[in-house]
Amino acid sequence: MTKAPILEVRGLDSYYRQGTDTLWRKKRTQVLKKVSFTLGQGEVLGIVGESGSGKSTLAKVILGISRDYEGEIVHHSMRPQMVFQDPYASLNPAFTVGRIVEEPLIIYGKYDVHERKRRVIDMLEDVGLGEEFLVCRPHELSGGQRQRVSIATAMIVRPKLVILDEAVSALDVTIQDQILDLLVRLKKENNLSYLFISHDLNVVYQCCDRVMVMKSGEVVEENTVDGIFDAPQHPYTKKLLLAAE
Amino acid sequence: MNRQIIKSPLHHKKNYFLSLGKGITGAMVVFILLGMVWQPYSPTAMDAMAKSQAPSLLHLCGTDNMGRDILSRIMEGAGTTFFIAACVVLIGFTIGTLIGCLTGYFGGLADVILMRVCDSITAFPSILLALVLVMLCGRGKYQIILILGILFIPSFARVVRGEVARQRSQNYTAAARLMGAGHFRIIFKHILPNLLPVLLPTLSIGFNNAVLAEASMSYVGVGVQKPELSLGGMLSEAQTYLGNAPWYALFTGLTIVLLILGFSMLGEGLSREES
Repeated sequence: MTKAPILEVRGLDSYYRQGTDTLWRKKRTQVLKKVSFTLGQGEVLGIVGESGSGKSTLAKVILGISRDYEGEIVHHSMRPQMVFQDPYASLNPAFTVGRIVEEPLIIYGKYDVHERKRRVIDMLEDVGLGEEFLVCRPHELSGGQRQRVSIATAMIVRPKLVILDEAVSALDVTIQDQILDLLVRLKKENNLSYLFISHDLNVVYQCCDRVMVMKSGEVVEENTVDGIFDAPQHPYTKKLLLAAE
Repeated sequence: MNRQIIKSPLHHKKNYFLSLGKGITGAMVVFILLGMVWQPYSPTAMDAMAKSQAPSLLHLCGTDNMGRDILSRIMEGAGTTFFIAACVVLIGFTIGTLIGCLTGYFGGLADVILMRVCDSITAFPSILLALVLVMLCGRGKYQIILILGILFIPSFARVVRGEVARQRSQNYTAAARLMGAGHFRIIFKHILPNLLPVLLPTLSIGFNNAVLAEASMSYVGVGVQKPELSLGGMLSEAQTYLGNAPWYALFTGLTIVLLILGFSMLGEGLSREES
């Protein structure tokens, strides 16, 4: 039953610097408190909690964007990727879609121009965008299309672990469903593992295997989706579920 | 089919600053380029028979007290002024952008220190500071370029720093790091192209200030030295003959005004275009 882990996190404390304390030092506030979990291969782990509960910080720490942490993070895969919440800010406005999706391959530096072009076109097709989008700029696209581009950018390096930070929260419901379908399809085709961060329990219910509930930096409950939704233990989980009814 | 184009109330008002700025700057650049390859007379050729003549078909802008053709002199002088301004802006822009990019991106102690240094440079009137530096480095065209270039660094550094810091907080830089891009790749490949809408007006205003600064310094006699011509130097020369050859000062001044007006309108137009 237990699958090989792809990500292990043990006793993670993380801090956030904000405001000024003295002239140069910034105030250091603790965001994550002793967070531990394991993500298995091919598994989708949902992380829910109100805003400010440390979900996004957790993602940033896992990916090394934020380095101010103590604890242990063990990756069992190469090049974990992330899809951001706001598809308006996560795509470079100065680049064309083709360039945005190609950039990871340019940095990776293993393929020549033709191979890169071919892979970019394949990838865009995979996320449901035609070749005509290659020369578009982000501001010409709709929210759903932008999120598809973000997904293509994340997936083009063939990661095994993708962190989806509120990846569908900025979209309206019909587009949400389309993007979720796309994510589920890509996961099946490539045997991906997702860390699915969301405040929307309905979305989490649709696509996750397990759920972790966070409150002010602590994991208050962790269980399978059915366990969480049918028999919530912690009062905070019950409150969240009531609010989502 | 009869189609009607409907202007929405949000439609941009016509940007007169931009078109006027482009027009004036373009005309001035053509005038200066023309002066490099062709001048009606030699700017230094004296003509004893034609001293202090009013503008005529023969001398479009008249002649000065030694019978030299003023149009030719303006062409030559404007070329020098333009060259100096271009070099000054190039120095200030390159180094300023570099400093702004690095401090804005990395922040930290270096950022605090460099920005305070920039603050203290800007706290002095730049002409005053330039005069002091001229006393230390000596007079001349290349000294002026170097001094003004250094003094122009802060204005570019500040603008770039602010914008880079803003862009850095955008998620696309985080996304770029996840792709494995190095810091310098992110700064120069990812962020720099996004600075263009802010940099263009700054460049234009910088040009405007550089022309003004060079003209002022040459006017007070610490800039370009005779016999080399520059607009500021010519203006101070023309002052002496204001009584019997007012066209000298008039046309020289007009050239400076047009240069500055063109660049400042261009800058204003570009920044309006952006917002």
